[in-house]
Amino acid sequence: MYLLNRQQRHVVNSSWMLFSLLIIGFLPFILFGGLYFKSFLLLKTHTLKDLIFLHSWHPSRGEFGFYPFILGSIWVTLLAILISTPICLLTAINVTQYAKKRFLRVMHPVIDILAGIPSVVYGVWGILVIVPFISRYLGPWFGVQTMGYSILAAALVLSVMIIPFILNIMIEIFRTIPTELKEATLSLGATKWQMVKHVLLRKALPGIIASVGFGLARAFGETMAVLMVVGNVIKVPHSVFDPGYTLPALIANNYGEVLSIPQYDSALMFAALLLLAVSLFFNLLMHFFIARYNKY
Amino acid sequence: MKRTLKAEETFFRILMNLTTGFILIILGVIIYSVFEKGMKAMSWEMLTSVPSGGYYYGKGGGILNAIVGSLVLAFGATILAFIIGLPVALYMNVFLVRRKKLVNLIRFILDLVWGVPSIVYGAFGFTLMVFIGLQTSLLAGIITVTLFILPIMIRSMDEILRTVPIGLSEAAYSLGSNKSELAFKIFTRQSVSGIITAVLLSFGRAIGDAASVLFTAGYTDNLPNSLMEPVATLPLSIFFQLASPVPEVQARAYASALVLTVIILIVSLFSRGLGKRYHKTKINF
Repeated sequence: MYLLNRQQRHVVNSSWMLFSLLIIGFLPFILFGGLYFKSFLLLKTHTLKDLIFLHSWHPSRGEFGFYPFILGSIWVTLLAILISTPICLLTAINVTQYAKKRFLRVMHPVIDILAGIPSVVYGVWGILVIVPFISRYLGPWFGVQTMGYSILAAALVLSVMIIPFILNIMIEIFRTIPTELKEATLSLGATKWQMVKHVLLRKALPGIIASVGFGLARAFGETMAVLMVVGNVIKVPHSVFDPGYTLPALIANNYGEVLSIPQYDSALMFAALLLLAVSLFFNLLMHFFIARYNKY
Repeated sequence: MKRTLKAEETFFRILMNLTTGFILIILGVIIYSVFEKGMKAMSWEMLTSVPSGGYYYGKGGGILNAIVGSLVLAFGATILAFIIGLPVALYMNVFLVRRKKLVNLIRFILDLVWGVPSIVYGAFGFTLMVFIGLQTSLLAGIITVTLFILPIMIRSMDEILRTVPIGLSEAAYSLGSNKSELAFKIFTRQSVSGIITAVLLSFGRAIGDAASVLFTAGYTDNLPNSLMEPVATLPLSIFFQLASPVPEVQARAYASALVLTVIILIVSLFSRGLGKRYHKTKINF
């Protein structure tokens, strides 16, 4: 019935398993090594400091200043985090502490679907709803002339995209807070809100910070949705209504034309390397943060 | 004092209900706006034909190339990721079950890799492609997307497999099974529903991601017929059509977005339904 006997099958199966495991174990290093190797051409002629802090972006003249892109990415990411953190925090408290158990069963599919919607669809939604909203209502209300394609539009779309991500972690964190702790607080005569404010939030603080950190890393690398609504203008943004450009958008927009200038190709790979580094850095930081408090 | 406390609680409870409602409404608005815009340009022709000449100026044709391309690409990547991913998840939970530190290190690496943006995978896939001398093709797309969904698949399987009770392993060992038999015959069967959910989750990710296939899979108006040729994908077809100045083409981008959303919703529904169905094979403790 079988080609091999039990022992032989065991050997084949376990060596395949070990081989697969090794592939995965080395993946981050291979990723990093590959991108570093490709961006080496650029790093040979430019210092890291120049690349990050110079403004001028003229690939044909060999000037690669990533500053506008980095700043654009930071603006969009921070704004998105600022919007979605309070929303997630309040909702997570509501769902885990106040609402009925049944409600969590409604909330889970909602989070799953929000998390599952592809970023391109978020981009389409941004173009359909957010961009017109900003150009017609929000812009004029602040007395700004804007097309709607702006840092703010990207941040709004992004904030909705990372809500399921952050919310999911926060709900998990609030659920791991021991019930005894809450009951002890309530038995001392505290109101439910006092319990939430003074015990729950304090106990969960490292976890909350970590969830925001993970969200930050996620938002920083988001490509398509941001690319579709951010406006893609290479300049340092001065207000949230300005159009901007982000690092992932830079890579995605220019992949077609890189082959003519070798350094350009190298520059895009450097941008990818930067993204990888930021993502790894934040994830590492947050993992150690959680491990240190060990309350997650 | 007491009154301000009460007021504070009321205020925050209202705020909480608002934010919770806001999330529900946002989901509704997204689904509604995609459906409302998408239905207008939706037609039978959109779903069943490839772009004809002048399609990108508003003439006839459809996005069958992208629909089929996306499905083929996502299936390929999911199968490949399954072949690599299931053994890894099993190995972590059967062979390394006594080596907690090592397993936690692997989980940690997987979490790190999970967090890497898909555009980085795209750029890396492009580098890899050039390195091994591959053109933009279905194969290159599949490889890149596989790398992208692997950590997602392994970690979700791992979460299920680690709940398999130790008693089950002990019973299997006592009957003389070896480790790989325990892994493939007992652990997989015990966790079928979770594994299916993990596979469907990865499939949804694979089909919806644009940034990783942008460099590697290319784009074509033809149906995919070879691993070595470029392939069209739905997210990219949405993206390219939306960039067109012609209103008809833009409207079709909305219809394509609708198609993609419906596929994702179906996958998500399936994973909920199937997860419940396969409880029969599970031994309850």
